[in-house]
Amino acid sequence: MAALLGRSCRKLSFPSLSHGARRVSTETGKPLNLYSAINQALHIALDTDPRSYVFGEDVGFGGVFRCTTGLAERFGKNRVFNTPLCEQGIVGFGIGLAAMGNRAIVEIQFADYIYPAFDQIVNEAAKFRYRSGNQFNCGGLTIRAPYGAVGHGGHYHSQSPEAFFCHVPGIKVVIPRSPREAKGLLLSCIRDPNPVVFFEPKWLYRQAVEEVPEHDYMIPLSEAEVIREGNDITLVGWGAQLTVMEQACLDAEKEGISCELIDLKTLLPWDKETVEASVKKTGRLLISHEAPVTGGFGAEISATILERCFLKLEAPVSRVCGLDTPFPLVFEPFYMPTKNKILDAIKSTVNY
Amino acid sequence: MALSRLSSRSNTFLKPAITALPSSIRRHVSTDSSPITIETAVPFTSHLCESPSRSVETSSEEILAFFRDMARMRRMEIAADSLYKAKLIRGFCHLYDGQEALAVGMEAAITKKDAIITSYRDHCTFIGRGGKLVDAFSELMGRKTGCSHGKGGSMHFYKKDASFYGGHGIVGAQIPLGCGLAFAQKYNKDEAVTFALYGDGAANQGQLFEALNISALWDLPAILVCENNHYGMGTATWRSAKSPAYFKRGDYVPGLKVDGMDALAVKQACKFAKEHALKNGPIILEMDTYRYHGHSMSDPGSTYRTRDEISGVRQVRDPIERVRKLLLTHDIATEKELKDMEKEIRKEVDDAVAQAKESPIPDASELFTNMYVKDCGVESFGADRKELKVTLP
Repeated sequence: MAALLGRSCRKLSFPSLSHGARRVSTETGKPLNLYSAINQALHIALDTDPRSYVFGEDVGFGGVFRCTTGLAERFGKNRVFNTPLCEQGIVGFGIGLAAMGNRAIVEIQFADYIYPAFDQIVNEAAKFRYRSGNQFNCGGLTIRAPYGAVGHGGHYHSQSPEAFFCHVPGIKVVIPRSPREAKGLLLSCIRDPNPVVFFEPKWLYRQAVEEVPEHDYMIPLSEAEVIREGNDITLVGWGAQLTVMEQACLDAEKEGISCELIDLKTLLPWDKETVEASVKKTGRLLISHEAPVTGGFGAEISATILERCFLKLEAPVSRVCGLDTPFPLVFEPFYMPTKNKILDAIKSTVNY
Repeated sequence: MALSRLSSRSNTFLKPAITALPSSIRRHVSTDSSPITIETAVPFTSHLCESPSRSVETSSEEILAFFRDMARMRRMEIAADSLYKAKLIRGFCHLYDGQEALAVGMEAAITKKDAIITSYRDHCTFIGRGGKLVDAFSELMGRKTGCSHGKGGSMHFYKKDASFYGGHGIVGAQIPLGCGLAFAQKYNKDEAVTFALYGDGAANQGQLFEALNISALWDLPAILVCENNHYGMGTATWRSAKSPAYFKRGDYVPGLKVDGMDALAVKQACKFAKEHALKNGPIILEMDTYRYHGHSMSDPGSTYRTRDEISGVRQVRDPIERVRKLLLTHDIATEKELKDMEKEIRKEVDDAVAQAKESPIPDASELFTNMYVKDCGVESFGADRKELKVTLP
């Protein structure tokens, strides 16, 4: 099968996406948590392409979240190595490596620390193919970073910066919701011919356990999934927030409200068609994310759906998000978009 | 007054026969500020400048104060460790025990007009700047009476009236800030300097070199202090730096390597650095120090270094033990007096913890305060833009 990447071929070749169309959701596998699923994906990625590399701070011994365990031992220190503490340098280095036709899988230790690398991502990675007239590209670059609240993370271990990156044409932004999704999505991101930023919900690293098929599989990018069908209102989210939204949907069902829940998976470019079809069916939309509400990615979804479904909407689009404050320390429970806030918003939207 | 050449690294100490004498002949400790000169055990190594003299001018009062302050800091960090394990402190907690000599030595050389800015390992620096134990514990536990009103936590202690510009979470980000403070001091002709502290991990950040270049170009009174505790989280210096001689990394900026476990050496170096910075611009101080705890409370600290190494440093280089030996050999205090002092300090810390435990957590409305300046009239939205709308105070 896809001896996927012609080892003799200098250019990176990418398997067709029909590979990912296999119905992964019904397959069984071993129960794994999120960091183990990601670890498996990385093992497969390095195994199938000899020109792929994993590097970042502390990845050699397995990383602070154990996502890279066993990689250095299995593939050697020349392919899996630690970098000094310099995010800008790490990402820039990754872009260079990718520009030479390699797959650079960069780890940024926490999404909160990605900002020194922001210039490299926005000005270099995103624009490389465009400004060189397709002579060069850094498609082999994948940046992985744990994001999101964890209960006690405070200002610098809990941020959700996805909105900043969704504003940059030229890169892709992907966020998985569970271990099985994470493995398939990560493999797709690594093999995608564009630079990708992959945010992993750190809260789920140990908490989420799911059956994950052991073989190599990919889940297509830019395809949203309806994970719960309903008729009264469409809920859109991604990452760890989906578990909270699912709880709200269950509670809403007890009150007779049937909710349709969509996992966006890829935020940039996002699957407008699936969300549009759903909202045309239900007539109501609610978006929820941990990042602050003003300027969050929910705003983009809201504006686009408004354009496409204006006449079908029964109520204004609702956004249940983090508050417009820095991610607080002791006030985290007030800041977070909790199940009750979502439930409240569902009810007020349905009863508009 | 006898001058004694001390090898504070040796394990043997001379037990003076003087303890047998009646107290009328022994010096009275706490009020004696007559000068003593002590030689540092380890010489300074310099880069592009003269080394300061190894003979440090001090006094019994000062050495005793070192002991008291360091013992207080040590007890505070240990108390913080227990509080964290008891889940009264949440979030992240980075402890400074082992590095106390740096905080007290620096304070002895400077005034409160000189500014200090550091990273997240800031509890002892805060105490050194005159912070109160109860303010520290309250902030750690996220209470209203904390030094940052409970909104900062362990990593963000500040003290404006003592020119302590705080604890910062992002590694290395405080260095350009420190150079900016130095610029302001020079502009205002304050005759003061700024100490920007960072670790061996941060020494590889690009922003350090940017700030250093600007400081050198404009002759700013900035002193960059690398607290080299040899491990950037779990990574040893030889694995992350091509040149672990951090005092030389300024290239065109002079540097000094100092034994950071010797409070007197630290004092001498900081005094030297302040004089240098006021006349000639930036200088780098590399403090060779060690932390006993791991990087933070989530790090056991023993997966990347051996327990033998940690206990070895504790036996041979512990800053408090060094000062204790100095006090005993110079007959400034007896062992019993020092033990009593430690007991008092232990009680002081326990009282502060108890008091901090009683203080209230901040009101929920504090979530929205101090984002912008007061009365800016900015609106902030709650979960659903319709239901909760707050005009920020």
